Amino acid sequence: MNAPSCNPSPDDAGWIRICRIEDIPPLGARRVARAQGLDVAVFRTADDRIFALLDRCPHRGGPLSQGIVFDQRVACPLHNWTIGLSDGKAAAPDEGCTPTFQVRVTDGEIWLRADELAHHAVDLTRPIAGPARCAPTVSAPNGPASLVGAG
Amino acid sequence: MDMRTHPRDRQRLVMIGNGMAGVRALEELLQLAPDRYDIAVLGAEPHPNYNRILLSPVLAGEQTLQDIVLNDWDWYRQHGITLHAGCTATDIDRARRRVRGRRADGTEIEVPYDRLILATGSIPFMLPIPGRELPGVLAYRDIADTLAMIEAAQRHRHAVVIGGGLLGLEAANGLAKRGMEVTVVHVAPWLLERQLDPVAAGLLQRALEQRGLRFLLQAHTEALLPGADGRVGAVRLKDGTTIPAELVVMAVGIRPNTALAERAGLHCQRGVVVTDTMQTLTDPRIYAVGECVNHRGVNYGLVAPLFEQAKVLANHLAEFGIARYGGSLVSTKLKVTGIDLFSAGQFMGASSGRAEDADCEEIVLSDPQAGVYKKLVIQRGRLVGACLYGDTADGSWYLRLMREGQDIEPIRDRLIFGERHLGDGGHQGQHHAAALPDDAEICGCNGVRKGTICQAIRSKGLFTLEEVRRHTKASASCGSCTGLVEQILMSVAGGNYEATPKKKPVCGCTELSHEELRQAIRTPLADGRRLLRIADVFSHLGWKTPNGCATCRPAVNYYLISTWPGEARDDPQSRFINERSHANIQKDGTYSVVPRIWGGETSAAELRRIADVVEKYRIPTVKITGGQRIDLLGVRKEDLVHVWRDLGMPSGHAYAKALRTVKTCVGSEWCRFGTQDSTRLGKELERALWRMYAPHKVKLAVSGCPRNCAEAGIKDVGVVGVESGWEIYVAGNGGIKTEVAQFLVKVRRAEEVLEYAGAFLELYRQEGWYLERTCHFVARVGLDYVKQRIVQDDEGRRALWARLQDALRDEPDPWHERVRAQVDERQFQPVAVVEADGSVDRLPEEGVSA
Repeated sequence: MNAPSCNPSPDDAGWIRICRIEDIPPLGARRVARAQGLDVAVFRTADDRIFALLDRCPHRGGPLSQGIVFDQRVACPLHNWTIGLSDGKAAAPDEGCTPTFQVRVTDGEIWLRADELAHHAVDLTRPIAGPARCAPTVSAPNGPASLVGAG
Repeated sequence: MDMRTHPRDRQRLVMIGNGMAGVRALEELLQLAPDRYDIAVLGAEPHPNYNRILLSPVLAGEQTLQDIVLNDWDWYRQHGITLHAGCTATDIDRARRRVRGRRADGTEIEVPYDRLILATGSIPFMLPIPGRELPGVLAYRDIADTLAMIEAAQRHRHAVVIGGGLLGLEAANGLAKRGMEVTVVHVAPWLLERQLDPVAAGLLQRALEQRGLRFLLQAHTEALLPGADGRVGAVRLKDGTTIPAELVVMAVGIRPNTALAERAGLHCQRGVVVTDTMQTLTDPRIYAVGECVNHRGVNYGLVAPLFEQAKVLANHLAEFGIARYGGSLVSTKLKVTGIDLFSAGQFMGASSGRAEDADCEEIVLSDPQAGVYKKLVIQRGRLVGACLYGDTADGSWYLRLMREGQDIEPIRDRLIFGERHLGDGGHQGQHHAAALPDDAEICGCNGVRKGTICQAIRSKGLFTLEEVRRHTKASASCGSCTGLVEQILMSVAGGNYEATPKKKPVCGCTELSHEELRQAIRTPLADGRRLLRIADVFSHLGWKTPNGCATCRPAVNYYLISTWPGEARDDPQSRFINERSHANIQKDGTYSVVPRIWGGETSAAELRRIADVVEKYRIPTVKITGGQRIDLLGVRKEDLVHVWRDLGMPSGHAYAKALRTVKTCVGSEWCRFGTQDSTRLGKELERALWRMYAPHKVKLAVSGCPRNCAEAGIKDVGVVGVESGWEIYVAGNGGIKTEVAQFLVKVRRAEEVLEYAGAFLELYRQEGWYLERTCHFVARVGLDYVKQRIVQDDEGRRALWARLQDALRDEPDPWHERVRAQVDERQFQPVAVVEADGSVDRLPEEGVSA
């Protein structure tokens, strides 16, 4: 591929080239960071099928890209929920769904849709942890509410 | 390989019988091979599959018929199963492979088969006495019997139940609750003589008498006499006594229903005789499952073993061919609300009169005032039987001890008081599951309340602990509430639930247990090759899934690299994320980093570097751990490699199933009480054992005197210094259930401590099951076995220690020797960063240095 990395080729309008299949280990995942919203996790199965999901378990927000991939599923690293790679659905009897992203694979290159990367599921967040970041908004004794721990 | 079968290639599977065992087999089959067969079922009753065990609560008015349906009509439709309900099979033509049946309206059908399952259950035994054919004389077997009894209770007053076994007592209790005056006529000298000893039976009888039941023991029924209306009117005993009875229920036993099989020429002997794959001896196309079966001379009448059979049958029908049924150990429980009794195994002990029971010993606790009686039967250091009345909370625990054949000598003095007296940290008083309110929290890890569990069991028809775990998450995390969940299962689903199975498969991908899997990996193939890759393990051992799951892959990976160090290659994609990224994932997706601090002793230089790292990478929390180290929490994955580099300290493996810490006290270097240099020995142990992967995490401690400030008593290996040397303790645990470490040996010199501790840990690495802590490993194999291998066998011990040193010699530090440790560094960065304008930054190509 000689095309400049930031420009999709003309017939691929609306798609962004992310990486090559070999950049993802078989039965593994990589994440794509984006300007807004959580990362997108891109998965590769044993038979080289590629899927993309929001990198967030519907249960407690665990990063699915860090899970163990098997068949066409991934086990969340936090509490072992199993999420289907093709539909984002949690395996029964758990219930829940994580947003999916369209994927196109041509000549070993993996592409995601630009509009989905920019706008899809940008409002979903991860749990916050740690003393500085989970402090609730508190009312100061003599004044209006102040936000603690921003940034 | 495409596992789906085209419709025209499908074989025809016919099942005769529509009961619990048979339909369970179909359910299992549909999971394994949903498209292999066209399935037809002939059921004599005009109902879909229901839970026969729960007929007693229906009779007692505690549940309705709708409540006990397991698979409704829709289930058959959804799975394309043709159900001929109300159709009795009359004949099997084995030559033409056809089953003939007669519908309720008299019309006949003929169903061809390629494979046939006999699931005809059992039929109640009717005493051959005059009057048995009179109206009002019933057996107690199915919905029709139950409805007839409920109807009789509305119109009549006197009932006699013949038979004081489980079924008879449940029938008597139900009829009494529906307002009848009930007399139980029993031929033996005490009730439930096949489940209880005379003492427990006496307590039971007294409790039932308080509910208004009458009992006539050692009483032989001679005839049933008609009343004025032609219906049964009385029961006459051999001694001439006559008891009024407008309803007589015969519950004197069941026998396998083999009439059809016998007509078809199949070998029957107290049941249809089957092999370990549930095939009949006579015709391998014909299988049998459930109560109609005789397997190795035993008929089973309880649901747990029948479900085990169903699983094996389904496996064979799906042509996996790797499951075998090896028989079951059963326990029983009476489903009479408010009466707790439990018995299992050889509960009669030496008094059974059989020669092989002569060396049985008994531990008995009896408190007649409180209505509590417990008897445990022990033979050659193992629990072989239990009979409990009044307090059955520990029944499932005892059953587990029996099934696993655990060595109980170390806990013998506390055994009778139950599991909660073994040092259960913080879980006391939670037993007596049945008495707990619905909002009581059962599973602290997942916040599951009792009501949620009960509802799931009822509404989804759950029978096994695994099913309850899957649906409710109760006991699915730390497992400390397993016993409690089993008791709830017992009290809701009936005592016949499937307790912890004898042999537990690693996961749903295989039928193999951990033990079998380890053995298979250890054993070379017929052509001399060895299993060294996960894919080879899966293909040679008949895995049902293409690449396993998150449960079996890490286990197989561990077994391979621990059995064949240096030859089997580690597979990072089969490791949990913590071991793949060498840091501990946190709830927000960041990581924690714990550098190794040898023996808990650090320096100003190390502390200064840690402080610099904390500031440079804005690490939000710095925490002292319980293992005398420093935990840096909230590190971004992108920063991990840089944090390791800047720290310049070895990996602490706080993230791994591996050696964690060696905790030490100050010892003789400074302490005025210290007798030995514990800090130095701790550091030596840690330097000898670090980078050691194991089935689970491993923690050590060394104390310099018996005051034991390093808490060596709750470690996997705890070492305590005394004037004359070192005492070594093993298999302690400070986790979910505190376990005190057991004394292994006393040695003189520090080098000997290394050898003994190292040999013990290598034994655990070789023979422990994945995720089994040392305390569970030692409980399973027995401390005697460990002593035999480590203390008595000098040569064997030295060989184990040498083997461990060999395995660790080349083990890299994953933080600083990342290439050798196969750390995939590309995982730490996003593969691409997409900016708001659509431009992309990518990971540099391979070969370009980062």
